[in-house]
Amino acid sequence: MNVLLDNLALFREGFLGTLSLTAVSAVLALVLGLVIAGFRVSPVPPLRIFGTLWVTVLRNTPLTLLFLVAFFVVPKVLFPGINSFVLAVCACGFYTSAFIAEAIRSGINTVPMGQAEAARAIGMSFTQTMRIVVLPQATRAVVPPLSSLLIALTKNTAIAGAFDNVDLFNIQKTLSNDGYDIAMIFVWITIGYLIITYAINGLFRLLENRLEVAR
Amino acid sequence: MSASVLFDAPGPKARVRNVIYSVVGSLALLALVAWVFLRLSDKGQFDGALWDIFNYAGIRENILDALLSTLKVFALAGVFSLVFAVLLCVARLSDHKPVRWVAVVFIDLFRSIPLLITIFALWVGILGHMTSMWALVLGLTIYNGCVQAEILRAGVNSVPKGQAEAAYALGLRKTQVTASILFPQAVRAMLPSIISQLVVTLKDTSLGFMILYPELLYSARLIGNNTPVNGVYPLVQTVIVFGAIYIALCLALAALANWIERRGRRAKVGIQPAKAEPPVEVTKV
Repeated sequence: MNVLLDNLALFREGFLGTLSLTAVSAVLALVLGLVIAGFRVSPVPPLRIFGTLWVTVLRNTPLTLLFLVAFFVVPKVLFPGINSFVLAVCACGFYTSAFIAEAIRSGINTVPMGQAEAARAIGMSFTQTMRIVVLPQATRAVVPPLSSLLIALTKNTAIAGAFDNVDLFNIQKTLSNDGYDIAMIFVWITIGYLIITYAINGLFRLLENRLEVAR
Repeated sequence: MSASVLFDAPGPKARVRNVIYSVVGSLALLALVAWVFLRLSDKGQFDGALWDIFNYAGIRENILDALLSTLKVFALAGVFSLVFAVLLCVARLSDHKPVRWVAVVFIDLFRSIPLLITIFALWVGILGHMTSMWALVLGLTIYNGCVQAEILRAGVNSVPKGQAEAAYALGLRKTQVTASILFPQAVRAMLPSIISQLVVTLKDTSLGFMILYPELLYSARLIGNNTPVNGVYPLVQTVIVFGAIYIALCLALAALANWIERRGRRAKVGIQPAKAEPPVEVTKV
């Protein structure tokens, strides 16, 4: 009996689960990461403090601990009866946003100082400087680390599978209960993950080539 | 670019606006904190008795044991992964094509498989029976070894070419060039990255929770779920305590990385050629 062909529907469900969790938490992490990176360089001190705190705490906490909080503390104490997918998205998204904020901040650091000075000299405000001058130039330096962060995110979603969110890792339990060969199950699951990570890798290589400018 | 380049020194208008933003931002944050606080106190999570569980010797010993087993796995996995990384890096830079290809495939494969899957597959017994501790150590070693090998390779490639050429010109063999010229400089250049990857290794030991290895997180869940005080489970308290332990450990390692980086920068600037000695007067006999 073939594990993949016998359980195509289950594998498809798991694959789509991993894919949707990765996609939604990637969007959340990108948006939050950009906002937090903005906070960390902003002129308003409380926002700077908040940004620093967010990054320090989330970067130094294991993702598994965040999942423990999300799946055991939040439903019991804060929001009873919340969807497990939303919890998984929040845990993955918040965790990755701290790393993305750091990547964006170091991207901002690669933009020559004269650019921001020139923007200020012609009277741009902070938001204008960031939006029109600094961030578009920082993008080029941010793309390579972003690709490895998103690949790491894809791999981290497996932890959600261990916490009963339906994804590629999660279906392993059902299949091994059905008595299939464990090694073959893991081979197919691994291939599923490899498809997603290599797709992200290719996509970002494309993006990198597009953004490349001869200087 | 430091943050201060991005905006002008605030004028009177901007200062007022910044104050307004600060107040509104702080109020929003306070409102969120207050809401969480109210929810928690509704559930009776602020009962002082809930913190009392950390006064029991049994709980404290439990936490200490868990901390020690986390550190044990971290120490083993850290050392093994660095040794493995050196081997992989040497193979990756080998002159023999087959060896190089095996290393490339191995590194690429295990870097793209989720670590949890590697650990779990080792544990459920693809390679025969393995205790959860060794499954965790081996999984962490393989994954972090691959990542550290790539870091080392980047370090070796960053050493100026002339260094190796000069060493070959002096008649050193390839082993000698790699061991005494390239690697020391590579390790030194990459030490901050190597240590931040060690922080990742430390954080990933928490995956032992999934394979029932009794490390910190496992003990956190055990304490949180098994010691109800007046019918309330001290989940928030245990998360705060264990989160603080993890953050302290990681920050200590990160501080070490920063210190080494600063020290490396200083040494490069500080080394100056020795001054010429004043000529020795030769007294004629």
